[in-house]
Amino acid sequence: MSGAHSGHGQTSPPEAGRAGQIIAAEIAAAKDFLGADGVNAAALLPVLHALQAEFGFIDPALIPEIAAALNITKAEVRGVISFYHDFRTAPAGKRTLRLCMAEACQATGCKRIADHLADRHGLKPGDTTPDGSLTLQAAYCLGNCALGPAAMLDDRLAGQFDEAAVDALIAEVRS
Amino acid sequence: MSAIRVFVPCDAAALSAGADAVAAAIAVEAASRGLDAAIVRNGSRGMFWLEPLVEVEMPDGRIAYGPVKVSDVPGLFEAGFLDGKAHDLLLGPAEEIDFLKRQQRLTFARIGVTDPLSFDDYRDHGGMAGFEKARAMKSGAIVEKITASGLRGRGGAGFPAGIKWRTVMEADALQKYIVCNADEGDSGTYADRMVMEGDPFMLIEGMAIAGIATGATKGVVYIRSEYPHAIAAMQKAIVIARDNGLLGAHFDMIVRVGAGAYICGEETSLLESIEGKRGQVRAKPPLPAHSGLFGRPTIINNVLTLAAAPWILTHGGKAYAEYGMGRSLGTMPLQLAGNIKRGGLFETAFGMTLREIVEDIGGGTASGRPVHAVQVGGPLGAYFPAGMLDTPLDYEAMLEAGGMLGHGGIVVFDDTVDMAAQARFAFEFCAIESCGKCTPCRIGSTRGVETIDKIVAGISPEANAMLIEDLCTVMTDGSLCALGGLTPMPVRSALKHFPGDFGQGAKRAAAE
Repeated sequence: MSGAHSGHGQTSPPEAGRAGQIIAAEIAAAKDFLGADGVNAAALLPVLHALQAEFGFIDPALIPEIAAALNITKAEVRGVISFYHDFRTAPAGKRTLRLCMAEACQATGCKRIADHLADRHGLKPGDTTPDGSLTLQAAYCLGNCALGPAAMLDDRLAGQFDEAAVDALIAEVRS
Repeated sequence: MSAIRVFVPCDAAALSAGADAVAAAIAVEAASRGLDAAIVRNGSRGMFWLEPLVEVEMPDGRIAYGPVKVSDVPGLFEAGFLDGKAHDLLLGPAEEIDFLKRQQRLTFARIGVTDPLSFDDYRDHGGMAGFEKARAMKSGAIVEKITASGLRGRGGAGFPAGIKWRTVMEADALQKYIVCNADEGDSGTYADRMVMEGDPFMLIEGMAIAGIATGATKGVVYIRSEYPHAIAAMQKAIVIARDNGLLGAHFDMIVRVGAGAYICGEETSLLESIEGKRGQVRAKPPLPAHSGLFGRPTIINNVLTLAAAPWILTHGGKAYAEYGMGRSLGTMPLQLAGNIKRGGLFETAFGMTLREIVEDIGGGTASGRPVHAVQVGGPLGAYFPAGMLDTPLDYEAMLEAGGMLGHGGIVVFDDTVDMAAQARFAFEFCAIESCGKCTPCRIGSTRGVETIDKIVAGISPEANAMLIEDLCTVMTDGSLCALGGLTPMPVRSALKHFPGDFGQGAKRAAAE
């Protein structure tokens, strides 16, 4: 049985070669540290993170290759991808804004910020801007609970996030 | 003459307030004035309303200025802040700031003081002493010290750490693991993040001590993906720790990154996640101490639990147990959050009341409106009304008051909060984050949202309030883990203490 890329997905053949390298590197890293315990699914989360970091999403066409490389079933790979909020199987915006919607930020008005994003910019959690520059996601705690409302643009954390900061950020990602 | 050291925090919260830009502006301004200033990126002191908090090293201590904006930088130079001179933002000696001075910092002693990735700083400020002592001790003696300290799991459950460590020590296995739970998902908490960003070697040392004590040679720290700065700091610190002999053949560790699932903070889900599976809760027994990661005996402890171990080994279990009250011994890093005037990290011995911490230390709400509700212990913790603020913050007293201390998060709400909406959110959050394994949590959470909506809409409010009570009982008694089991805590406390927010039916039901 071959785990080779089927070629029907959105990942082009040269990228599929890159995907194979990423999968192999993460499997090797897991075995290197975990030894006998580092087999099978042990490398799955690092594999999925690395693929998403490289391509922006996990191409479902890669699932057979991931499953074969890890010696697990395609259903197990699919099950893990669908369980975790972080993983996505379709391309998203170039950048991701995570808006904290948890209690500490509720206490400082995150709902007002979410409403502003929806009313002024047409963005609800899960939406991507029509130009593909930004995807909005709800987050449940970014660890900046004394400076709420908190948000994070890719890896850049923001505190006391207000309407003006939202507008400036939207302008920044669109430029 | 050597350069004057200027400290600008690299903690993620400080960065969110603009610390990087301030550090850059100070460097540019110093260069343009021909002044010799060396900028050190320290952790945060945890006084977030003062971030970016800039400190200048003087012969007799550090002088603090804050919160500093980029536009303040030329003025600070003009005023002579490199000589500790007066300025509108001058706060005086850092250690004398009331919020810091009133703490008992054991775990957080170095955080905000040192450069988190300088191993020399770490050694100079007491690091490695616990590890070196542990290496010269028999494993039973190390566990004995942890037991004598009275240290209980700081993740929320409060299970005695010594018992967990002893169980793993006594287990007979070729491979054992130390797993650090850094999946700090509770809203209102950030102490784990601050430890990893501000003093990562302390956590590594704690894990290495646990390894020596139990014969575990490998460790994994599982960090949530929402914490990119903590992930980067831990990864760099692990490499440096290997170069300095803290990690090596005796004990080595890696970072694993979560993927946005709150449930993975539950210890067995976390183990499943490291194993590459869906983060579904395991039934217990077997306990992880007997059969944990990959079926091996495993210590799984929260960041703060493991980070307390170096201090305990250095100063002794009895010294640690001298702090605190009753069966809650040692110190607890409390985290003030939400609508609070002075939000931040406050480490203190157990036993301070909620009122002291919220009103006196925290200064009440940031909005200036009355404190209406305080949620303690994360999204699964109870909402306390203003009338119950005299409850002491220790494990037993919080339990008695119908709440829990959890991971020490304290989220303050003013009187604009709608407690019916908060109760609804508790169910909604449980529905979003349920792993789906057990029915009370998976289905009960959704039925809870629907039933709260009916009460608020005035549809058979009394019957539906009773239904909520019944549902809460089923979830509490029938759920496999704390997510389903404790979601009723915020719901019931909201219904009990704030019936007015739920309309007339709930009011009458609460009165019965």
